[in-house]
Amino acid sequence: MYSTLRLTAAAKPELPATLIPSSRRAFLKASGAIAGTLVIGFYLPFRSAAAADLKDPPAPNAFVKIAPDSTVTVIIKHLDMGQGVTTGLTTIVAEELDADWAQMRSEFAPADAKLYNNLFFGPVQGTGGSTAVANSWMQLRNAGAAAREMLVTAAAAAWNLPAGEITVKKGVISHASGKTGNFGDFAAKAATLPVPQQVTLKDPKTFTLIGQPHLPRIDSIDKTTGKAIYALDVRRPNMKTAVLLHPPRFGGVPGKVDDAAARKIPGVLDVVTVPQGVAVIAEHTWAALQGRDALKVTWDDSKAEMRSSAEMVEAYKAMAAKPGAVAVKKGDVDQALSGAAKTVEADFVFPYLAHAPMEPLNCIIEKQADGSVECWAGSQFQTVEQMTVAQVFGIKPEQVTIHTVWAGGSFGRRATPNADYLGEAAAIVKATGGKYPVHLVYSREDDIRGGRYRPMFYHKLRGGLDKDGNLVAWEQRLVGQSFMIGSPFEKVMVKDGVDATAVEGAADMPYAVPAIQVDWHHATSPITTLWWRSVGHTHTAQAVEVMMDDLAHEAGKDPVEFRLALLKDHPRHVGVLKLAAEKAGWSGDKMPTGRGRGVAVHESFNSYVAMIAEVTAKGGEVKVDRVVAAVDCGIAVNPDVIKAQVEGGIGYALGAALRDQITLTKGVVDQANFDTYEPLRLSDMPAIEVHIVESSEAPTGIGEPGVPPLAPAVSNAIFNATGKRLRSLPFDLQSLQGA
Amino acid sequence: MIQLSINGQSHDLDVPAEMPLLWAIRDVVGLTGTKFGCGQALCGACTVHLDGEPTRSCQTQVGDAAGKKITTIEGVSGDVAKAVQTAWQKLDVVQCGYCQSGQIMSAIGLLSGNKAPTDADIESAMDGNVCRCATYVRIRAAIHEAAKSLA
Ligand code: FES
Ligand code: FES
Repeated sequence: MYSTLRLTAAAKPELPATLIPSSRRAFLKASGAIAGTLVIGFYLPFRSAAAADLKDPPAPNAFVKIAPDSTVTVIIKHLDMGQGVTTGLTTIVAEELDADWAQMRSEFAPADAKLYNNLFFGPVQGTGGSTAVANSWMQLRNAGAAAREMLVTAAAAAWNLPAGEITVKKGVISHASGKTGNFGDFAAKAATLPVPQQVTLKDPKTFTLIGQPHLPRIDSIDKTTGKAIYALDVRRPNMKTAVLLHPPRFGGVPGKVDDAAARKIPGVLDVVTVPQGVAVIAEHTWAALQGRDALKVTWDDSKAEMRSSAEMVEAYKAMAAKPGAVAVKKGDVDQALSGAAKTVEADFVFPYLAHAPMEPLNCIIEKQADGSVECWAGSQFQTVEQMTVAQVFGIKPEQVTIHTVWAGGSFGRRATPNADYLGEAAAIVKATGGKYPVHLVYSREDDIRGGRYRPMFYHKLRGGLDKDGNLVAWEQRLVGQSFMIGSPFEKVMVKDGVDATAVEGAADMPYAVPAIQVDWHHATSPITTLWWRSVGHTHTAQAVEVMMDDLAHEAGKDPVEFRLALLKDHPRHVGVLKLAAEKAGWSGDKMPTGRGRGVAVHESFNSYVAMIAEVTAKGGEVKVDRVVAAVDCGIAVNPDVIKAQVEGGIGYALGAALRDQITLTKGVVDQANFDTYEPLRLSDMPAIEVHIVESSEAPTGIGEPGVPPLAPAVSNAIFNATGKRLRSLPFDLQSLQGA
Repeated sequence: MIQLSINGQSHDLDVPAEMPLLWAIRDVVGLTGTKFGCGQALCGACTVHLDGEPTRSCQTQVGDAAGKKITTIEGVSGDVAKAVQTAWQKLDVVQCGYCQSGQIMSAIGLLSGNKAPTDADIESAMDGNVCRCATYVRIRAAIHEAAKSLA
């Protein structure tokens, strides 16, 4: 759920609460439903569709709970898949509440699109597009400030002192007279007070927790002691484990099933055929896996993808001979190119990529006697999941309860427009009559071969320079699949035949150029595709930033200077680029023999990242020694979490740049597990420095923006070291032999 | 019946001897701190200690673990374990956290036999442990940090 949000957000940046007309200002409600506990909720009707609900605001959606023991629990409406959003959102509340960090707790919200919607998505609960902190920023500041004001009012009444004289610091409420108290002392009383309709927020200059270099993560202890519960760890009474045999080819469907041998495996309870494949249900995972190995299934491949990836690349190249649907057009690019003193042509191939989150996909579905259904999952897209599961059972989405738990990574994979794996589990529960809760578990092979890949892409570029080395023309043609077309997001995301997520980062590239055309061909295949950490930027940043390096080289200019000259209208790009260059000690790109240095800068999800990579290239081997990154994501709520996300983004992107790819032979995926789809390992990891630009802009995302600039910075460094351009991903390191 | 000693407790399991230890620990005994990542000894998420040695439980048969002292993340103790977990928390190594039980079990194994590991030692001990969140910079730093605190 990535760029969707970014675009919807861009379409109506309604964020700052202060700018919202008073008729639409936050509804605040408090309830003391839990004895002695202050529960603070909000209903922020951000979108016009929601305005209709104003007359009848829903039950207060709690964001903050203060218990008699003074612990403060922040209700997290987003999935934490490692990006640290739980820590981030808790920090925002703690700041406005003037709480002590040690008293803060968190808990995942129940699924409810009305109460816990992502304010950038419309009435949909979901996480993605690096929106979690950004859309929660004002909402949770208001919640924290309201709770603080209510506590102060309660203390003032109890002490018979003016509220204006009472201060709150590190969780202690006090008055100059010497009176002091904890939050817990006043929580019960505060819960009976009306929620302030308008609150005064802190001046960011007075923040004490937000921006602190290192506030301990809220999940560190549980995740270092084996206590954190992921979906794979949830156990329900009488629960059985299912594994699903998927068709070996995309678009295939089960034909004849011989399950005699599978049923003989001790522990196997049942074998059922569902639309998505053939499921083996067993007492434990081991029996289910053995049972699946024993299945004999013939597949109907009449509608399946039968091509090999090499054939598909050729087909894409053929499509690129003609212009596609136009995403952006300014000036006459053909004329500008023919008038150019120098032209540069380049093409790039990007493979399918699996997300391969560390925790394989899994979920539990349990049917209740009253017909309702409960699910446990690392749920990233709660609203869609409720709808999908409800549809399978023929019930209402409200009858589907989702328990969100920690997720072992996602990188986009857990959010799909059709809630794929929850739909599979629901189909299995339905086929087994709901007689036991079913835990559907993917093996790593299911994950790697299961599709929902970052789509394969082909880019063809032409750039022109005038005689002084100025950029005068830019033509970029893209070919690739769309995961928006045919999805519920098509209406929002596809305009004039162009899927915004296919061309983001290219159509809106920031460099000043008088003539530009970017167009896109929609390739189709039964192979399923999906957003993958930073979506379109995964390929557009590589194409644009390597091309820029080519052009700088042709122009005989320093690659940093060449970029800066074309970024006059983009101060935040300039800010990160200058900071990275300064911190890396950039002074031209001359390096000792065998070593090289490269630069890239890219904006994604309203955050700006520049990177300078240093590599050693020997024979056919490349070691990335160091990456210096500069980041501008607005106000840095948790600088250490931001650094961690950039470090992780660099590692994730580097694995894909160096060796990850999904290829097909006659429609069957060639890779299966971490031996053939090998993730980055510790010894591959460069030293990393992350520098954060100081900013007073509202915070923007950081889960994804660390990914796009890495590959081009490394590619440009390899060129600097060897004189060879590695454009396509993963890098063809073999071609460096002898370089 | 196969008898396993896990974290100092004895468990009688009615499972085939060739069942991978991982599934016995998770699905039969019910200890879920040990994770499943690949099932092929390619990722290290399932690392436990067998008589103190880091071992991939997904490729260890229950029959071969019988009679050995099995330790999982829930049962680690002692100075080295404490130093490793403290360093991990101090540097906030975790992101999704899913690989970290295995990372920590491997790191404890390394530091138990080598009080001052070099970067090369760390690479050879830890390269079998995949972290898709790529927390590697901090894993390396945390191992050095733990070694320092143990010195
Ligand atoms: S699950 Fe055992 S090494 Fe991956
Ligand atoms: S912390 Fe997520 S896989 Fe390591």
